[in-house]
Amino acid sequence: MKQILAIALCMLSFGFSFAKDAAPLADDPVTEQRLISISEEMRCLVCQNESLAGSRSDLANDLRREIRTLIQEGKSDEQIRSFMVERYGDFVLYRPPVKPTTWLLWIGPFVILLIGILGLLTYLRRRNSAVTTIALSDDDNKKIDALLNNKNEREAS
Amino acid sequence: MKAKFLIPLLLFIVLVVFLAIGLNRDPHEVPSPLIDKPAPAFEIAQLSEAHQSFSPASMKGQVWILNVWASWCVACREEHPVLVDLAKSKMAPIIGLDYKDQREDALAMLAKQGNPYVLSAFDANGRVGIDYGVYGVPETYVIDKAGVIRFKHIGPLTMELLNKKIYPLISDLQKP
Repeated sequence: MKQILAIALCMLSFGFSFAKDAAPLADDPVTEQRLISISEEMRCLVCQNESLAGSRSDLANDLRREIRTLIQEGKSDEQIRSFMVERYGDFVLYRPPVKPTTWLLWIGPFVILLIGILGLLTYLRRRNSAVTTIALSDDDNKKIDALLNNKNEREAS
Repeated sequence: MKAKFLIPLLLFIVLVVFLAIGLNRDPHEVPSPLIDKPAPAFEIAQLSEAHQSFSPASMKGQVWILNVWASWCVACREEHPVLVDLAKSKMAPIIGLDYKDQREDALAMLAKQGNPYVLSAFDANGRVGIDYGVYGVPETYVIDKAGVIRFKHIGPLTMELLNKKIYPLISDLQKP
């Protein structure tokens, strides 16, 4: 029992030491928090599948340093975003701005959806009108009933 | 009536064409927002003459080429002979921007492979590179007489690119 307790304590202390290792970023927690919230919305240009916040590439490090200085200079989030866009284009933003060149990007999917819905509606309407309804006479109905009854009796037996 | 069955096939072909185009494009070639904008100003030390500085303002009045390079960059070594050719053509002066490099390494590379640059500016911490939107060395800018960036290429220059794009552009820009 004591051994288990000792092991558990060792593991716990490891946990603490790791937690301490990961901390040195936060010499100024407010700056770091803003840095993270800004850079999470940006693409790292070297490894394009990563955000600027998550990338370990050299350029991402430099850019984070740059953003940190801008924050300390008291620039607003909007100013920092345009600093990045002026240099790397809208491509760095994960949410590109809505403007004439990006209209297709923003509304394209909805246009395609609309075309699909219209196509489906016209197809359904056309199919509906293709089905001719035949009026049944009383005689026909009787025949049908007889056939159905016949079938039911056969199944019952 | 039969033509109707071909519609899905046609749609599929259209999709394949779009995918083929998309897959053959290099996702690293991001259009630069700096095209047709004035080249960002800077003033930093030169590579070989550390006590002298270089600023793009000193190039006003001539068409020039800014080439971002580094001794640690493999593609730059590949590109180097093309730059030497470009320098020999004497079409336009090439200014190097030695990006995040060690002075000795950079000088050693130039000594070994030839120096196509009129001079290189030494961007030790990459701060100038950020202003120029550099993210994949080598990068090359063609800057006109007024100091406006007219063309940017990311990745190593090739002879084909020189002949097809850069030479015609330079002679076009040099017309008074």
